[in-house]
Amino acid sequence: MALAASDVEKIAHLARLGINPEDIPAYSRSLSEILAFVEQLNAVDTTGIEPLAHPLEAAQRLRPDSVTETNEREQFQRIAPQTAAGLYLVPQVIE
Amino acid sequence: MHRKSLVELAAGLREGAFSSVELTRACLGRISDLDSSLNSFITVTESQALAAATAADARLRSGGAGPLTGIPFAHKDIFCTRGVKTSCGSRMLDNFIAPYDATVTTRLQTAGAIMLGKTNMDEFAMGSSNETSFYGPAKNPWDVAAVPGGSSGGSAAAVAGRLAPAATGTDTGGSIRQPAALCGITGIKPTYGRVSRYGMIAFASSLDQGGVFARSAEDAAAMLAVMAGFDARDSTSVERPVEDYSAGLDASLEGLKIGLPREYFGAGLDAGVGAVIEAALGEFRRLGAVLTEISLPNTHLAVPAYYVVAPAECSSNLSRFDGVRFGYRAGSPKDIEDLYKRSRGEGFGAEVKRRIMIGTYALSAGYYDAYYLKAQQVRRLIRDDFLRAFEDVDVIMGPTTPTAAFRLGEKADDPVSMYLSDIYTIAVNLAGLPGMSIPAGFTAEMPVGLHLIGNYFEEGRLLHIGHRFQQATDWHARIPAGYE
Repeated sequence: MALAASDVEKIAHLARLGINPEDIPAYSRSLSEILAFVEQLNAVDTTGIEPLAHPLEAAQRLRPDSVTETNEREQFQRIAPQTAAGLYLVPQVIE
Repeated sequence: MHRKSLVELAAGLREGAFSSVELTRACLGRISDLDSSLNSFITVTESQALAAATAADARLRSGGAGPLTGIPFAHKDIFCTRGVKTSCGSRMLDNFIAPYDATVTTRLQTAGAIMLGKTNMDEFAMGSSNETSFYGPAKNPWDVAAVPGGSSGGSAAAVAGRLAPAATGTDTGGSIRQPAALCGITGIKPTYGRVSRYGMIAFASSLDQGGVFARSAEDAAAMLAVMAGFDARDSTSVERPVEDYSAGLDASLEGLKIGLPREYFGAGLDAGVGAVIEAALGEFRRLGAVLTEISLPNTHLAVPAYYVVAPAECSSNLSRFDGVRFGYRAGSPKDIEDLYKRSRGEGFGAEVKRRIMIGTYALSAGYYDAYYLKAQQVRRLIRDDFLRAFEDVDVIMGPTTPTAAFRLGEKADDPVSMYLSDIYTIAVNLAGLPGMSIPAGFTAEMPVGLHLIGNYFEEGRLLHIGHRFQQATDWHARIPAGYE
């Protein structure tokens, strides 16, 4: 499955990854190589095989819906790039 | 002191032959003298280590010491350490001072072990050579022009170079076992769910597992006993008591059934590595084991399946790095889109971006069934091969890697070639089984690792088997020239 430049741009946008235009051909090449490599999986007949999402097939453990953790916002926000009044600051989102 | 094993050091500390402060100073001294040639540490926590050593000495004197009290170790920079830089080998977290401790960090600290610092690693654990690190490659002490392996290259180099008696690591596709093999030391990845992933920066959540590097199985057992165990903070942690890994190590291997997959001994295996493995297997025959050829027919699908599953999970896990709450933020972002794209574009290296993109593609609308679901179906086939094999054998063995350590730069531009260096280790993560690599000899003066795969929760058995081999051989006691 060879990827065109437009495919790489689309994927990068979905992943919110900034890619320099001059790097797109290299990414296109290596991604296409990797996809060609994993193509081998399609040669296998997996009809009726249940996907294995968890190696031990465990179910999600649940706990009672009660508050057990303390709020450590102040401590966690000490390493934030920009905050104000307990909120994280980012450039304007909504026009 | 750097020639003593962890177990010998623990005995020495208990007997009062030397103090933890002396031992810690000795390790810090070696790091200071030798690490410029290895680049195995990203951060050395000297004052913290000495403070912890002082506290450990008090415990040793008052009789409140355990098997790891006062023992120094190196900690892979993927484990959060409160108040200490935790970079995950990435520019994205170059400014990240972790606000909390990983469970593994807490357990080792509570046991009185002394953290010397945070070790170098492939960025976000993605790599097999430690060449993708933002902090430059780590080197193999057996040949500093060769790679130590990855992603836990720094931890492996530190233990092999005798800078630390033990080190923590993580293994998602072989990132403990492959560096252990390339650096001539013992490395173990326990069963999925055995060691808590809380505070262990996530790469691929269904594959990641914390483990340990040491100079011997006996030493690794002491570390793993403290690291393993149920943790309510990790929803994939298993509620199963931890056995005493140090007990019964000397028991006989008479009658042990070893399975040798024919797929592991075919094309692609370097002849020199193959010869070392054959000799090691001969040793097991002498120890009373019975060797049988088995087949794991879906072996050839493990690397392709992994390179769909792991990138898919990584694309999801790494979406938290957005420049908003912590970590790298691009300068003067013009809008939120620019903030995300430039923070992530500038913060992540090329291999990480490649894997995020493969993962994003595999999970995107229209491709999910063809890639991710398909890979998870193949994953079941791979796991079932192992389950069938374990009906007839007790342990599976083979080479850990297809070649000895390759040169720095040799595979850096060829992702698929790099991926294939994990050909023997990767299936173990897909199945969630425990795996271990022990030194088995040398080819062209570079270490070769023997790979052992156990059934679920049989990491204790692997350690036992490794220990018996190490009582009969001395490969694990060899020290690289210049680090004696």
